[in-house]
Amino acid sequence: MRISCRDRLKLLGGVGVLAGLQASGVLSSIDVIGKAFAEDAKKTLRVTIVPEPPILNAAFNTAIMVQQISTKMLDGLLAYDKNFEPLPALATEWKVAGDGLSIQFKLRPNVKWHDGSPFTSADVKYSIEEILKKHHPRGRATFANVSTVETPDPLTAIIKFSKPSPYVMAALSASESPILPKHLYEGNDPPANKFNNAPIGTGPYKFVEWQRGSYITLARNPDYWVKGKPAVESLIVRFIPDAGARAVAFETGELDVGGTDPINLADLERIKTLPNLAVTTEGYAMCGAMYYFEFNMRDPQFKDVRVRQAIAHAINRDFVAKNVWFGYGSAATGPISQKLAKFYTADVPKYPYDKKKAEALLDAAGYPRKAGGVRFKITHDPSTYSEQYRRFAEYFKQAMRMIGIEVDLQNSDAATFQRRIWTENVYQTASYGIFNMPDPTIGVQRMYWSKNIRKGVPYSNGSGYSSPEMDALLEAGQNEIDVAKRREIFNKMQVLAMTDLSIIPIINVDYTTVYNKRVKGLTEDLEGVFGTFANIALA
Amino acid sequence: MMKRYLVRRAGQAVVVLILIACVNFLILKLAPGDLVDVLAGESGGSDPHYLHLLREQYGLDRPLYVQLFQYLSNLVQLDLGYSFRFNMPVRDLILMRLPATLLLMFSSLAIALLGGITFGVAAARAPRSLRDSLISTTALLAYSTPLFWAGLMLIILFSVKFGVLPSGGMATVDGPKDIVSIIVDVSRHLVLPSITLALFYMATYTRLMRASMLDIYNMDFVRTAKAKGLTPHQVAYRHVVPNSILPLISLFGVQLGSVLGGSVVVEVVFGWPGLGSLAFDALFQRDVNLLMGILFLSSVMVILVNLAIDLLYSWLDPRIEVGA
Repeated sequence: MRISCRDRLKLLGGVGVLAGLQASGVLSSIDVIGKAFAEDAKKTLRVTIVPEPPILNAAFNTAIMVQQISTKMLDGLLAYDKNFEPLPALATEWKVAGDGLSIQFKLRPNVKWHDGSPFTSADVKYSIEEILKKHHPRGRATFANVSTVETPDPLTAIIKFSKPSPYVMAALSASESPILPKHLYEGNDPPANKFNNAPIGTGPYKFVEWQRGSYITLARNPDYWVKGKPAVESLIVRFIPDAGARAVAFETGELDVGGTDPINLADLERIKTLPNLAVTTEGYAMCGAMYYFEFNMRDPQFKDVRVRQAIAHAINRDFVAKNVWFGYGSAATGPISQKLAKFYTADVPKYPYDKKKAEALLDAAGYPRKAGGVRFKITHDPSTYSEQYRRFAEYFKQAMRMIGIEVDLQNSDAATFQRRIWTENVYQTASYGIFNMPDPTIGVQRMYWSKNIRKGVPYSNGSGYSSPEMDALLEAGQNEIDVAKRREIFNKMQVLAMTDLSIIPIINVDYTTVYNKRVKGLTEDLEGVFGTFANIALA
Repeated sequence: MMKRYLVRRAGQAVVVLILIACVNFLILKLAPGDLVDVLAGESGGSDPHYLHLLREQYGLDRPLYVQLFQYLSNLVQLDLGYSFRFNMPVRDLILMRLPATLLLMFSSLAIALLGGITFGVAAARAPRSLRDSLISTTALLAYSTPLFWAGLMLIILFSVKFGVLPSGGMATVDGPKDIVSIIVDVSRHLVLPSITLALFYMATYTRLMRASMLDIYNMDFVRTAKAKGLTPHQVAYRHVVPNSILPLISLFGVQLGSVLGGSVVVEVVFGWPGLGSLAFDALFQRDVNLLMGILFLSSVMVILVNLAIDLLYSWLDPRIEVGA
């Protein structure tokens, strides 16, 4: 049989039509079958986490998206109330020794891992000594003074310290220090363990399935150590990369909860007016989120403290909070977040917005306006993780022009930014979001301590600020067990930080959680979306 | 003749693939920072010893040429390596996303090709008529509308206003388990993203088809066909359309070659779990192994599709010889 060229084309066309029909069959199938299978809404909590976490175990990656999923499956020794006072979790009782050199924990009896094995003090010892101290990104610092964990019996664990380390009591939550099952981790390489992608924990939800790029499903743990909880039967975490599409999913009722700014801040006003949705800034106190502006103190341009003061006076922090952060934040006065009420003090040197004063300071420092009204030029590197950071940089450029400083913005991506700031130190000024964490020794000391000027380590002392007085205060604060004295030390530290001004704290950031009003119990605990979700119910 | 041609093309392909792999690797390594920087930054702090351990574990502390050699020797054994970020072999990660990518790209290309030919023919048969202007203007609009905007508008219309189609994802989570319902469910999710993507491609096909047909209409053999008394319909469908399709096939080939890259924008807007967004994220996260894996498969795809199109060309139009 001979096939003509024309026949060949027809053949090809036929195949094409077939493919097209397949696709257009798709178009016409606007149907009801899909709807009929809609999940049992009363028992299913649908959450979104932004962006999709790379692994599901916060012991190996403390990024905020990992902590949000890890805590549903893996427990910590302690939980915390809204005043940061410890509450029982896997530990039911605790006692800090008078000399601060040990903490004794009584563990909860009859707790089972999701695979049915019993939870014991051996798991606590293994998790702290082998996992948190060795493989946790911050754990090496937090647990640096832990010499050993003693386990006199299966329900008692005693952490022994070489030096008093009061801040450890603040770092034992499920999000910061999850306890892992020894029997599944021992003997292989923990960071590569397959259970990091499918955790076996003691938490209220069990891992079921992870469809990469789409969703994770978790199911209620019937053996959870609080009888009758959780009320939710299944928890679905969906990944929707686009903020506009997430807003739509909330509007159509496809999503119940989303934390850490799931929707563009500019869109929140509209979302708030919808009858079934609500927005809250509760649940982020543990983060102590701040936005810092930092000088590279190695740069001769900033040697004179009057230049740094002038720049501080020229940044209108209230304006930034209102316009860049749309009111989801407040002007910062010092390096410690106002959310850390135990340590925060307002009694520090202040730099109110005052352009005249800023100009006078620059004149006095020997930088008069030259041709074109420009005093000098600097560069500014904003961090990349949020839209707000870039907007702040644009504001900063304009604010500096008002006092005669020309700013060249250096926008880049996350890896480039980190290299420029903390490895190569090639920047002049930078700004970035930073977490204070629940204790200043963990979250604030690192930015000011001269022994923490360490190349290649993000969120270390990148400015190169070095002051023996500051070092002495921070080191005293690390080991002081008397609460009042420790507070006194950190008050002095805040005054000194705002006097030397290597960093200008800009904003106390309020992260937002968007949720459907049918979700009950979300704002009751300290941790919000970082909590276990054991107490959440659906109306 | 054919066999020699294929052997020659295969030989060229291997050389090209190795060169592409080398260039990709070096370009990616030029970007400042590595995976360990990204992980440490995300985790909000770390310490030097920990970072050093990670680099050692990931092999990032070794000299560049050693890393490249290691990568190439793995590649020759068809081992795409390991993504340390996702804690999984790259091959598994890609295979998880591949079906979604292929489904989206093939259905939108099919819609686009069919629609493009239909509208192109309709426009070219009555040049400068109202119909032509309407089609050409719409095509121009579709071509210049940003994909993300078109996608969001479709979502707002069909998901929010009418509530007939899901706003994103590829399947209902915890949805039906029998095969028929799954097909229907995935199809419903596919409608909006494939149309969004097809709009863009369709505009190019329409314009190309129109131009190509107008060109053919001026040929001598068309004048002969008209002179021997064929109806305009016969002239168009028997003589002009078949001869106008070859340029479309080349364009289709080019686009088919890039299907593995997916469409980042459409995937992001619709939460479609394809390879495009995976590659995009891998770039910012400096997950070099994963990105190299995707780029490598894409280049294999481009080479294969090019070969297939070349063969198809000479099969459709024997004047074009293979190996010439």
